[in-house]
Amino acid sequence: MTTFLGVPLRRKPDPELRHPNPLRGSESFPQAARHELGNTQLRANLAHATSVIRAKRAAVVNEVPDWEALRDAGSAIKADVMVRLPELLEQLEEKVTARGGVVHWARDADEANRIVIELIRATGQTEVIKVKSMATQEIGLNEALEDVGIAAFETDLAELIVQLGHDRPSHILVPAIHRNRAEIREIFLREMGDAPPGLTDEPRALAMAARAHLRRKFLQSKVAISGANFAIADTGTLAVVESEGNGRMCLTLPETLITVMGIEKLLPTWQDLEVFMQLLPRSSTGERMNPYTSMWTGVTPGDGPQEFHLVLLDNGRTRALADTVGRAALHCIRCSACLNVCPVYERTGGHAYGSVYPGPIGAVLTPQLTGTTGHGDPNASLPYASTLCGACYEVCPVKIDIPSLLVMLRARMVDEDRGRKVPDGWSAAMKAASWVMSDAGRFAAAEKLTGVGRLVAGKKGRISSLPFPASKWTAARDLPSPPAETFRTWWARERGDQS
Amino acid sequence: MRIALFATCIADAMFPQAPRATVRVLERLGHQVFFPPDQVCCAQMHVNTGYLAEALPVVKEHVRTFSPVLTGAWDAIVAPSGSCTGSIRHQQGMVARRYGENALADDAEAVAARTYELSELLVDVLGVTDVGAYFPHHVTYHPTCHSLRMLHVGDKPVRLLRAVEGIRLTELPNAESCCGFGGTFALKNADTSTAMLSDKMAAVKATGAEVLTAGDYSCLMHIGGGLSRTRAGVRTMHLAEILAAEQSTGGAAADAVAAAEASEAVR
Amino acid sequence: MTASRSSGAREHVLARIRGALSQSGTDLVEIPREYRTVGPWKPGAPATIELLVDRLVDYKAIVHRAADVAELTTAITQSLGAPTTLTTGAAPAVVVPVGLDAGWVDTIRAAGFEVLTDSRTDPVPLDRLDTVVAVVTAARVAIADTGTIVLDGADDQGRRAITLVPDHHICVVRADQVVGTVPEGVALLTADCPQTWISGPSATSDIELSRVEGVHGPRTLEVILVGAAAG
Repeated sequence: MTTFLGVPLRRKPDPELRHPNPLRGSESFPQAARHELGNTQLRANLAHATSVIRAKRAAVVNEVPDWEALRDAGSAIKADVMVRLPELLEQLEEKVTARGGVVHWARDADEANRIVIELIRATGQTEVIKVKSMATQEIGLNEALEDVGIAAFETDLAELIVQLGHDRPSHILVPAIHRNRAEIREIFLREMGDAPPGLTDEPRALAMAARAHLRRKFLQSKVAISGANFAIADTGTLAVVESEGNGRMCLTLPETLITVMGIEKLLPTWQDLEVFMQLLPRSSTGERMNPYTSMWTGVTPGDGPQEFHLVLLDNGRTRALADTVGRAALHCIRCSACLNVCPVYERTGGHAYGSVYPGPIGAVLTPQLTGTTGHGDPNASLPYASTLCGACYEVCPVKIDIPSLLVMLRARMVDEDRGRKVPDGWSAAMKAASWVMSDAGRFAAAEKLTGVGRLVAGKKGRISSLPFPASKWTAARDLPSPPAETFRTWWARERGDQS
Repeated sequence: MRIALFATCIADAMFPQAPRATVRVLERLGHQVFFPPDQVCCAQMHVNTGYLAEALPVVKEHVRTFSPVLTGAWDAIVAPSGSCTGSIRHQQGMVARRYGENALADDAEAVAARTYELSELLVDVLGVTDVGAYFPHHVTYHPTCHSLRMLHVGDKPVRLLRAVEGIRLTELPNAESCCGFGGTFALKNADTSTAMLSDKMAAVKATGAEVLTAGDYSCLMHIGGGLSRTRAGVRTMHLAEILAAEQSTGGAAADAVAAAEASEAVR
Repeated sequence: MTASRSSGAREHVLARIRGALSQSGTDLVEIPREYRTVGPWKPGAPATIELLVDRLVDYKAIVHRAADVAELTTAITQSLGAPTTLTTGAAPAVVVPVGLDAGWVDTIRAAGFEVLTDSRTDPVPLDRLDTVVAVVTAARVAIADTGTIVLDGADDQGRRAITLVPDHHICVVRADQVVGTVPEGVALLTADCPQTWISGPSATSDIELSRVEGVHGPRTLEVILVGAAAG
């Protein structure tokens, strides 16, 4: 309760303050990166993790003689899904319904959460178990359930660690990568309730503690919530690709299953599995195949949940779909290969992006899902969180040209600010540079100014300090002294006649 | 062959030794080099920062300056820069089309088809890997991201370096990892850029090399700036400068003498 | 009637999609399928079996080979191990799907285990299932290149819970069920029944990327390859 001059003030609770927005951070990427870079534990863990996964991925991909052909097919199949999305979704709905499932549609996160809450309430349960799902993170489902008194228990080991640690995931695939074994042990002892007292920090011991803790939940829970890696339009089949077996537990044992899935996660036909069941495991965990994949269609009497609900989620995907170039971001199959090769992500980690979708794909997907409101919007800084090195494009199993998407989004950010006539040092500088650089005479005249730099460099021959904004450079780097002669001056002097 | 040189705006202004060395190498191999004086810039900086409207006049001027290649004024265009060549090849057409300038786009793409990064020109077009260079120093090579991933130059630069007499070449650890320059990224995301630079410098130091070379002066400016600041005892030279070094200059880049006169820069 | 169905969300989302596509373009996409749909390993061939074994061992599954019925009987008995009488004095139980080969069922009994038969219409209760020591099933198809065994819920494989809850899964795969590549496997499968693709026991690398096998689901996976003697 805040007071003003002793009088209590009633303020409407700001929903943003109660729960952080899953798709937008509170500060720009450069600001967030600054303090994340200082987290040496995170840096060490990430550097190790990403280099290990990179090596594993490279090994299993090099084994596959037709990898590029698979990528070409995967890319085209996803592009096909986008242009036929309405028909494919209708087909999926028809097939799921024919097999006893119920399909729901959600325009946004709030609607999706309301649907899920209603479905859970209809079962009378106040506890649910969950398989890791990016889509449910995106909509802030756990928090929405918590707000209405429904407890959602994460069953993925890493999500369990994050949940028990009251933390946020930092990587799509290995969300607790920022935690080391000692921290995990501490979290288990403190929060699990039934952790064995002599628990060591040996990974096997920690995993077995999680197994025992969760087994009780698996055998008792009546309602499970999952996401889906793929939904096959021509059969109505959903697929969940996993490693630990908690997926199988959640998808098989409860009476009611609710699956939340983005509308873009379709494959047109059963046959398309032959492409994606090769692309996904090798790209994500660097294995020939992940331990368990479950596939189910609607309800099978006597086997698995007898009540199945599929919630189809828009939440900004149609915004991305409206851009010819930008919609390629919707091809993403959430493998996280791009995160593992990104030199920026490797150092800043996922929290710096402020979104459940971090890294290269996050930088192009997040701002398209949410839209951006000008350069004060943290998400407007995401397309700039890249050196355009291209490593992500090389490893993307569906060939999303992330560097080109980043450039296109940067152009969009610039144009958004143009429309608002926001005075910005960058745009003035860029306009001036454009004027100078579109004419050799103007450029040569500008080059003469570099002579000042020679004075600054002096005898040392280097410049170590410059005023803002060039100070951003000289904070960490020298600049060499500008040369006595530019190339064109030299050429004109030495080779005047040879143009 | 008659080869037009695109010096690139940054090399023209700050690192003229790279285009000068390029001229020396090509002339030593018996080719004729031209320098279209109207040239300025390929517009990469504008494009990559999202200022596409501002990029358009720069692209126009570049295409106009180099379009004589289409009517046979020269046989090829060379740029001592992987990133500029990449921008010319993959971005100029896009910029033109975005503003409905389809004729310009076609010309841009046609000119781009005759534009080569230095190692591409030497190995693919001129068919040489031994350019008659002499450089008895310990060198390590950083494959810049655009050369590596946009142009796919592969091992061409390394083959050229291996053929240099007297050179001792050590492979750079984690060579393919980006140095952190990224154009305006170095300013807009200075902290992350510095973190990446830090690791790249550590890798350079680990080789024990005296010289770091690459095909892009933008990256060399960034890594070299860090090496200079930390007094690392490693200098940077463009690939062209090493290829230009000869016995007659005592194994120094031919115009290093001239450059040394002009400034005592620790490069 | 749930929120979405009364609010017209479906029509709204579909309209948004169509609107978006009218802006971004609906040119149909041709899909190049130049990837291989068959590999160098022929179904059931010795090289294919060897490849499968290699992958299974890599995943820490236990592999047995049985050339004939006699060797299969031995393999099943060996996999089950010696029965440890429960504290209640009862024999330990093994669950089998209702359509499992009768001969294999006899073998399990002969080894000293109680047999619980499970079916969709007459399932073993969950708390009972939690106490069985093992499950024995057949399989639909195995993919050698990836070391994958697929169960599709047929009568000799059973409903999904029985291969999930017990700690020990013994899976009998016939040599002629083993194909080389994923496309070949997918071609033999349909969406009719729920499927489980199994590639080794479960695992996690979430703790410092250190791989731990057997998190949930059977910690021991034993595969008996029938009709393929060790080459």
